[in-house]
Amino acid sequence: MATIDTTRPSSEPLAWLHQQSRWSVFEIVFWLLALVPFFFFPTYLMLANQVAIAALFAISVDLVLGYAGIVTLGHAMFFGIGAYTAGILSARWGWGEPLSGLLLAGAFAGLVGYVTSFLIVRVQHLALIMVTLGLGLLTYELANAMSWLTGGTDGLLGVDSWDIFGYFRFDLWGYTAYSYSLAILFLCFLASRRIVNSSFGLALRGVRENLNRMPAIGSDHRKHLRKIYTISASIAGLAGALLTQTTNTVTLEVLSFERSADVVVMLILGGTGRLYGAILGAVIFLLARDQLAGINPQYWYFGIGLLLMFVVLVMPKGILGGLSWLVGRRD
Amino acid sequence: MINNIVIVLFDGFAFGMLLFVLSVGLSVTLGLMNFINLAHGAFGMLGGYITVSLMREWGLPFILTLPAAFVGAAVVSMVLERLFFRRLYRAGELNQVLFTIGLVFIAAAVATFFMGTGQQPIVLPGWLRGSVELFGIRFGVYRIFLIVVALTITALLFFTLERTRFGAQIRAAVDNQRVAQGIGLDVQRIFAITFALGSGLAGLGGALAIEIVGLSPSFGFHFLVYVLIIVSVGGLGSIAGSFLGAALLGIGDVAGKYFVPEIGSFLIYLLLVAILLVRPQGLLGKR
Repeated sequence: MATIDTTRPSSEPLAWLHQQSRWSVFEIVFWLLALVPFFFFPTYLMLANQVAIAALFAISVDLVLGYAGIVTLGHAMFFGIGAYTAGILSARWGWGEPLSGLLLAGAFAGLVGYVTSFLIVRVQHLALIMVTLGLGLLTYELANAMSWLTGGTDGLLGVDSWDIFGYFRFDLWGYTAYSYSLAILFLCFLASRRIVNSSFGLALRGVRENLNRMPAIGSDHRKHLRKIYTISASIAGLAGALLTQTTNTVTLEVLSFERSADVVVMLILGGTGRLYGAILGAVIFLLARDQLAGINPQYWYFGIGLLLMFVVLVMPKGILGGLSWLVGRRD
Repeated sequence: MINNIVIVLFDGFAFGMLLFVLSVGLSVTLGLMNFINLAHGAFGMLGGYITVSLMREWGLPFILTLPAAFVGAAVVSMVLERLFFRRLYRAGELNQVLFTIGLVFIAAAVATFFMGTGQQPIVLPGWLRGSVELFGIRFGVYRIFLIVVALTITALLFFTLERTRFGAQIRAAVDNQRVAQGIGLDVQRIFAITFALGSGLAGLGGALAIEIVGLSPSFGFHFLVYVLIIVSVGGLGSIAGSFLGAALLGIGDVAGKYFVPEIGSFLIYLLLVAILLVRPQGLLGKR
């Protein structure tokens, strides 16, 4: 009987993971393109800011939905909690320092995510969708009922963000806003990229593919799911806080079902289980909405409905999935 | 006080019966094919618009438009099932959810294009208006009518499912699709028929709902949440479960809005999450 070499079997999968996480030239070009709005479309910087925030939110959903297979229709709950945390800090307690507000919002959303994750891992399929939906609606109603704190349907007034590092003022054009959001998006992207390319990320994909086999090979799937759900909630909270700080308003809309549904739509458009899919989906969704809704909001609904049906029937893996399939065929 | 409680219970039950008609079809089709059809409410909206159009354009009496709403929604759903839904039975739940949400978007846009965004009021015939007084409490005639219609439908459904050949086939297919197929049942055909009947009932529910909650292009979205709550709380594939879920939700909704208007909806969602955590398969669900 041969002696078991404990170093080799573990080093090979790690080498594979390292290879997966290598930066490709496409990725570098992609992030350079994110800087284009500064030079060529300065009038669209506020829109670019919205896109960056939506992309961050979509990444947070991709972590749970695309990688861990938790279908959620209530993730706006964490986005909204982050948005309201940052807003209440500034409007009610007079603390408008952006970075600490951002971190507090992320931490609080993560805490709520950790608590709810114990409920999430108990259910699957339709019950899971309904529990996420129910929790999302619950938070919305709670925020509506607690109008002394949240401002209710009127929205939270009097949010004021101080200068970043006491130096960069939030300007009318959105230079600071977009730089700020893009920087946070990039940092969270790096963190998420690290997560999905780790052995933990691999375990999550295992849970997504087969919930019954993972415990059978000794993987504590509930612990994994709780962990990623907490991380995801925290990132969603950061995205919400960014929206508050860059627009200086919070309304109940940040907690709405529409926001939860929109982000899933973005993700599907771009392609689930790919971080760039989340970003690309947010870009396409918001640019299309900006253009179409300017003509007539109804066109927008018709268009997005048609696009959804088309993507599901023809490109189940999303636009990025479809593209890589095409490229793969040509090679 | 007692009068108030009675009237809230009565109104809530009537509202619940309306929700039951709207949602029972989805419960059965979900139990049959595990197909998450979020466009179910859109068929309700279609039925509502059929009733409104027939009453306005052709001057048909309200009661005659109800069968038309049923048939119209059933036919449209049958076409859609043939064209699209059939391809998605084996797809993941996420794809089903998204495809049918896309359909709701389109339905809302089309409804706005043809009928405008406003509410569509109808004028009920005289015999359905007003109220009757019993033991000093006034009961709305239309709500009594709703309860009678819903109870009739429930009785018909139970009879069909429990006493007819087709009902036995549906029950077999819900219990175990593969075995049902193995002994020669055409599950796909059974499903297509059930789907059409369920959507037809949604159409009827949409027509009945105009007087109570109004009709606008957002109907499909607005009722989606109610319908999903009933189906998941009641249990998939269970008519009795849907009945129970609908009655609970209807009474809970009306009572919540009457007695604790501030947190009424909050309590409903809290109850939803609590029930699903204790019984993920729903109150009367088997799986």
